[in-house]
Amino acid sequence: MKMTLTEKILARASEVSHVIPGDSAMVSVDILMTHDVCGPGTIGVFKREFGEDARVWDPEKLVIIPDHYIFTSDSRSNRNVDILREFVADQGVRYFYDVIDDGGVWRFDPNKSLALPQYGEQYAGVCHIALPEKGHTRPGEVLVGTDSHTCTAGAFGEFATGIGNTDAAFVMGTGRILLRIPETMYFRLVGELSGGVMAKDIILHIIGDIGFDGATYKAMQFGGEGVAAMSMEDRMTVANMGVEAGAKNAVFEADARTHAFVDAAAQANGTVRPYETIEPDVGARYVYESTVDLSSLEPTVAMHPDPSQRTTAHACRDVKLDRAYIGSCTGGKTGDFEAFARVVRGKRVVIDTFGVPATPQVVRELKATENGGRSAWDVLVEAGVNMTVSAGCAACLGGPSDTFGRLNEPLSCISTTNRNFPGRMGHPDARIHLASPYTVAASALAGHIADPRDYLE
Amino acid sequence: MDDTIVGKVYVVGDNIDTDQIIPAEYLSLVPTIPQEYQQLGTYALRGLPADQYPQRLMEPESVRSDYTVIIAGRNFGCGSSREHAPIALGAAGIRIVIAESFARIFFRNCVATGELYPIESQYRLCDDFRTGDRVEVNLTASQLRTDGSVAMFPLKPLGEVEEVVAAGGLFAYARRKGWVQQPAVVS
Ligand code: SF4
Repeated sequence: MKMTLTEKILARASEVSHVIPGDSAMVSVDILMTHDVCGPGTIGVFKREFGEDARVWDPEKLVIIPDHYIFTSDSRSNRNVDILREFVADQGVRYFYDVIDDGGVWRFDPNKSLALPQYGEQYAGVCHIALPEKGHTRPGEVLVGTDSHTCTAGAFGEFATGIGNTDAAFVMGTGRILLRIPETMYFRLVGELSGGVMAKDIILHIIGDIGFDGATYKAMQFGGEGVAAMSMEDRMTVANMGVEAGAKNAVFEADARTHAFVDAAAQANGTVRPYETIEPDVGARYVYESTVDLSSLEPTVAMHPDPSQRTTAHACRDVKLDRAYIGSCTGGKTGDFEAFARVVRGKRVVIDTFGVPATPQVVRELKATENGGRSAWDVLVEAGVNMTVSAGCAACLGGPSDTFGRLNEPLSCISTTNRNFPGRMGHPDARIHLASPYTVAASALAGHIADPRDYLE
Repeated sequence: MDDTIVGKVYVVGDNIDTDQIIPAEYLSLVPTIPQEYQQLGTYALRGLPADQYPQRLMEPESVRSDYTVIIAGRNFGCGSSREHAPIALGAAGIRIVIAESFARIFFRNCVATGELYPIESQYRLCDDFRTGDRVEVNLTASQLRTDGSVAMFPLKPLGEVEEVVAAGGLFAYARRKGWVQQPAVVS
């Protein structure tokens, strides 16, 4: 019985020799992740169902990452982080990336400058980027999280999917989850991206092909010789938006680059744990197969109001913009900001442009990279980008009205984020266009959607 | 199980994402805190654009909707994994969503919370019904009909997960199966 990568991982995790799509399997979970938006509700269900004194199944396998509504004076949001802190202290959860270091009570001060970090050493920023940075992603494992973009971790050769509070509470108490084995769609990536084209363009292209529900209930598996040249950040960008095609999970086959990244992150953070990589069987059955020639892709844009409204940056270059935004788990990584800096170096943006690094580590890396005497951070600031050190989800999902970069008016915005449904970044009548960091940077310089190849030397 | 649901329908189109079901600014409400659960209901479908949906699911200040059934197009509930979405609809008094198709996590959250029946229709219904129509849904027969009419619209059976919703969600079901030993807290 030949199995796809997802089938093989789930078979091992449910201790059976093989599974077939449509089967239900009781799967053991290696990591459960939750954050400040869904953590308090998950804890609520956990206590209601298992009792006030119940213990988490394994406090080493629960990772709690406040990241969504952090830098806001909304008191209920601040309270939610307090709920997490109390639970962690109670349960002895080891991996809690608190906003502040010394316990106590966290309150945001809106009067402090954007350049001053209002967080301590432990704070880790956006969960999907923090998980690999802190060494919690490993090939062959099962990672579930109370966030739809948990599928990002599939970049590391593991099964990763988003779940709701009730399912998460069940995992908290039992360490297991009942999953239906998905069918797998296979995407063979060949060739190499040409200049001005990024990983974001690959996934926007694929979603445009298969549609916003083209992978609903299914696994998306990425392989082929084109993967070798993709950085781990590139693979994360692609896996991240699998859910925008409806996928249950998105997964890359692990290679030497995966192992090098995973091992280095675990070493650096003291999170080393043995893992066993899984490879798909030769001859496994896929419900869909397609080959994507990376060299043929162009800078791509998903137009308002959903991620499958695909066009090329060139074709929609007249669309006027009021705002540009770079950030999130899709487009707020170090490489994303470096790409942005390459386009805007020595120039000025002509529309309001906001930059929110995904994690404090991204902030540090951007401030450190010297390129001709200026760090990437300096280049962005000099080009007129409003940069904040308050790493987190920020305006990617709107958030409370005082959120940095939020669309509080019906503006037209281009963004490196992942969703553009009505209201996603704040105002219900704002128009959001999704694109790569290159395309967003070029558009910020132009004031309308622009093809980055016209701006890159 | 009470297998017939009768009431007024609220009709929406394709791709109603979780931000339209419950906008992100209300996500700091914690569903397991009773007052906040109720408050989530008051914001149900608040994110639908006002120009396309002049009739709202929730009257201002009301905690209970006049509608019991939602009829939708493709990909209902796409977007985030927030359980706040089915909960907001359930708290508002919606008992069933009938859609051409559902996004996976939303579907799963309906079942796990036991808040709503997520039922797929055999055909697209959102173009044939108007907000305010009265319908009768028979879950056992997997049929929908307009009040007083004989025409039946076939629905897809929910299959094995119907038992989970009917039991009241994942935990009630898990106790029945012996997966969870702790007795339910009676409130
Ligand atoms: S950055 Fe955006 S998409 Fe990513 S976890 Fe945060 S809110 Fe969700």
